Amino acid sequence: MTTRRNLLTGLGAASGTAFLPWDSLIRAAHAQTPPGVVVMAKQIDDIITLDPAEAFEYTAAEICGNVYQRLVTTPNDEPARIQGDLAESWSASDDAKTFTFRLKPGQAFASGKEVTAEDVAYSLQRVIALNKSPAFIVNQFGFTKDNMVQTIRATDPRTVVLTTAEPTATSFLLYCLSAAVGSVVEKAVVSGRAQGDDWGNAWLKTNSAGSGAYSIVNWRASEAVTLQANPHATNAPATRRIIMRHVADPSAQLLGLQRGDYDIARNLASDQIRGVSGDNRYTVVSQRKASLLYIAMNQKNPILAKPQVRQAIKMAIDYEGIQRNIVPNNYAVHQAFLPEGLPGALTEKPFRMDVAVAKRLLAEAGHADGFECSLDFFSGAPIGDIAQAVQANLAAIGIRARMLPGEMRSVITKTRARQHDLALLRWGSDYFDPHTNAEAFSMNPDNGDDARNKTLAWRSGWSIPELTARTQAAVKETDPAKRVAMYEALQRDHQQNSPFAIMLQEVEVAVTRNAVRGLRIGVLSDRTSYATIAKA
Amino acid sequence: MLKARLGALAATAASIPITLLGLAVVTFFIGRVVPIDPVLAVVGDRAPADVVERARIEMGLDQPLYVQFWRYLTDILSGNLGRSVMTSNSVWEDIARFFPATFELATLAIIVSAILGIGLGVLAATRQGSWVDQAVRIFCLAGHSLPIFVLGLISLLVFYAWLGWLPGPGRQGIVYQDMVEPITGILTLDAALANDWPAFWDAVLHLIQPAGILAFFSLAYIARMTRAFMLAELRSEYVTTARAKGLSNARIIWRHAFRNTLVPLVTVIFLTYAGLLEGAVLTETIFAWPGLGQYLTVSLLNADMNAVLGATLVVGLIYVVLNLLADLLYRLMDPRTR
Repeated sequence: MTTRRNLLTGLGAASGTAFLPWDSLIRAAHAQTPPGVVVMAKQIDDIITLDPAEAFEYTAAEICGNVYQRLVTTPNDEPARIQGDLAESWSASDDAKTFTFRLKPGQAFASGKEVTAEDVAYSLQRVIALNKSPAFIVNQFGFTKDNMVQTIRATDPRTVVLTTAEPTATSFLLYCLSAAVGSVVEKAVVSGRAQGDDWGNAWLKTNSAGSGAYSIVNWRASEAVTLQANPHATNAPATRRIIMRHVADPSAQLLGLQRGDYDIARNLASDQIRGVSGDNRYTVVSQRKASLLYIAMNQKNPILAKPQVRQAIKMAIDYEGIQRNIVPNNYAVHQAFLPEGLPGALTEKPFRMDVAVAKRLLAEAGHADGFECSLDFFSGAPIGDIAQAVQANLAAIGIRARMLPGEMRSVITKTRARQHDLALLRWGSDYFDPHTNAEAFSMNPDNGDDARNKTLAWRSGWSIPELTARTQAAVKETDPAKRVAMYEALQRDHQQNSPFAIMLQEVEVAVTRNAVRGLRIGVLSDRTSYATIAKA
Repeated sequence: MLKARLGALAATAASIPITLLGLAVVTFFIGRVVPIDPVLAVVGDRAPADVVERARIEMGLDQPLYVQFWRYLTDILSGNLGRSVMTSNSVWEDIARFFPATFELATLAIIVSAILGIGLGVLAATRQGSWVDQAVRIFCLAGHSLPIFVLGLISLLVFYAWLGWLPGPGRQGIVYQDMVEPITGILTLDAALANDWPAFWDAVLHLIQPAGILAFFSLAYIARMTRAFMLAELRSEYVTTARAKGLSNARIIWRHAFRNTLVPLVTVIFLTYAGLLEGAVLTETIFAWPGLGQYLTVSLLNADMNAVLGATLVVGLIYVVLNLLADLLYRLMDPRTR
């Protein structure tokens, strides 16, 4: 067979060029992944910054999770359990307002300098001062630019004390601090790179100063991110260098994996995963993600505001069929607002397709002949296919859904303006605590058009003073068991009464070559770990 | 005579700023009517109300539209295209990084497509109705009608996955990643300047598939046009006269007929080149080629309006400049326009 090697040899012989070293040329043609280097094909064009105080996108959060450590984290094999990352121990005061963290000794940044309490305080203070998109995860405890020096303090080189404005559930605070925004940066490096009052933000967008398993070598937007092992990491990573290459097309990712140019493919489609799952040259790694697919029903539409109509829509959808036929590998059926893997998640599935019951409910609501409404959705795969299946399901009970495909941001813009009827949407949790989704789905403190807090409930025009009060009470509950019970009860009521038909939970799947082991995908992107990836 | 030629040239040059102004107006207002809130691109969907409001004010979106446009216009006149949300760089820096990748791809593609397209077009015209003509016709039809993403994937499957002759997506192999110091941004040129021949050949190998696909797509159009122009010339009376005078077939084709087709062909080739320089989105996506087309598309989908407006202006400028060049060459080659 004519191989690339033969072709090159022939090409060189034909050209007769003296400057062409054959061995290097052959090396160029066989530029496969070298030892100690793992190459990952991934869609990485969602990254807009790598500063942990600002990063909020999936890929950026994943990188931050591997480059920085937080005070606490949760292990992937037991995600509800909080364990120390930089912190050795922690305690709460009796009034549940003062929290003291004691750092482990000997934790070092990539520069070799030891992580101190001063670095931790500086990192949290810069989150508050910068006030970028994810800052609310930390500042919801009452930290402000004016009080942060008093409320976030390093009392000695290994002790950090946080003082919250209100009594706070310890688990809530810890889960929030385990988010990427709670990452600890090296104060001396970052403050030395600060320009004006940017707290080093411009520099940290493309560089790193962390104590995680890896440090950032470079990021070229829509092209590649290169990470280098942190030689001072407590647990030295097994792989020297991780290269993430932006490969937008899943078919190109699969071909690259099959040729050995990529060790890991992160965005294969359902049928491609099915194709390689029986092949012993590859390993399929999957994990449920804290990301939900749901239908929002705008309560400003008087028909959709009727409880029987909402219930009819929930009974019309063929959850199992959609999952089995369209997204067998990338989604699982899930019907509660807390995704499986998050504390307090409800796994009950009270809805299954029943056309007769759905029709009866519509008739009770006075719409025996059905009605017409619009369905907004993101046109990309596989959401577009799911939307078509939903349209067919609704048609079976007489609801004529006009399909309005659009780009993700235009669909979000429309729902934020409450101009939709039905919308098929995705929601990813921001941090690990149940409050992240409870606040979005079951809180709406002000249903007015100019409300400041545009939660998902607000976007669907759902006025819920009672549920809002219960959600606010749940977040303040200091007894962890009681807290979980409160969220379970909230979800049950929400399932039956809300204008949300929660359908599916995303399952992230990565396919690795058999020689590559140890990729751990997290429930949240910042929990996905490269530290244990090893190549035989 | 010279005065008239200079006047015509000045008039053409004067149309450039007017065209660019028109482009700026259209892109700005289209950017404002698309149903996407540009603040979402900056702060995301989850940001609290105060962060959203602050970003809106920082971006000047709280101002009336005419104020926003005036600011935008004064900014671009002072050479400031703003900062891209997606990359955090100034839009100029981004264009300086993404455009050379597209330039490298488009230039190789246009050279290949012009040489092959003209050759095939002349061949088909001189053998009109024969099986050669039919074969060229089918070849061109395939190049023009097969979707470029299908061609790209077939090419990857055959030459990369099955035969293993050519490397996969990307501009360079992992071994050479970050090894070549960017000087011009044109990877082959930078590698050659650095005397790094293995990296040079690696870059060339990576170029072959995407440039080949684009060349196939473009040559179809160039060949069809060449054939049509040549047929018109070959039916002219001066060709009959030349034949009557006993001139050789090769001399009639290349020295007389083809020379006259060059004038309209230059316009065809330049406009095709301009089209390629806009960035071939699908080719760049399939071959993970970090070019202008991919940059523009990703920016558009993320409502990164500074990047969209800046890149559109640059694409417009390229179009106008290449049009001007084609115009100049036209005048130079066609004595009737002098």
